[in-house]
Amino acid sequence: MELLERFAAGDLDAFESLFRQHQGEVYRWIMRIVRNTGVAEDLTLETFWRMHRAHARFDPTKGNCGAWLRRIATNVAIDHLRQARHEVPLPDDLPATAQQPPAEQLALRSEISRAMDKLSPRVRAVVLMALVEEEPYECIAEALGISESAVKVRVFRGVRILRETLSRAGVHP
Amino acid sequence: MKEPEIEDVKKLLKDALPATKDSELRHDLWPAMLQRLDQRTIRVPWWDWALLAGLAAALFFFPGIIPALLYQL
Repeated sequence: MELLERFAAGDLDAFESLFRQHQGEVYRWIMRIVRNTGVAEDLTLETFWRMHRAHARFDPTKGNCGAWLRRIATNVAIDHLRQARHEVPLPDDLPATAQQPPAEQLALRSEISRAMDKLSPRVRAVVLMALVEEEPYECIAEALGISESAVKVRVFRGVRILRETLSRAGVHP
Repeated sequence: MKEPEIEDVKKLLKDALPATKDSELRHDLWPAMLQRLDQRTIRVPWWDWALLAGLAAALFFFPGIIPALLYQL
């Protein structure tokens, strides 16, 4: 029996194999949205937990396990943004860019963080994936289960809100 | 909105926020996953089983209480 079929039948060894194959990819995807290593690790576990819970609904004949996991991971990350709204600033555990002095960069990050808080979690996730991580629109659309044009609409909406908020704070893109 | 306006915001965001594409998982998460699977397995306490057994026995020996229970539902 193939790995996906064994997983769908509830085989824990098959689940472990899939976990080991995909954990890095799921983690990196979630990092693009939540931008915090500890949270991303926790949400990676939550993604695989949801996958495990739904094993009976997985159809191995149609199955693209990677795409399914990416969809679950996106939902998990957006759920997190929704719950953590106004609580989690853009984290500092990522390497700083060397283009600006630290103090100025910190102030800019802080303004951007505040502006990002104005975005809904779904728009925020799309803005981060499309503009910061430069993921292709097609890839984002598939992960969110929406059309490419809907992704573009969310990018436009996000950019408009960011421009307005940043301009009010004296930051002019 | 025009493309250059999007590009301006994109440049600003990219200057302030480093991309995370190179972020790698620092350790294997499988042990933590196993722990979570164990924790989330539903464990029914023994007294719940005892209560269920008592209810089943009551229904078996005193079937007259079934309409009363249904009425309460």
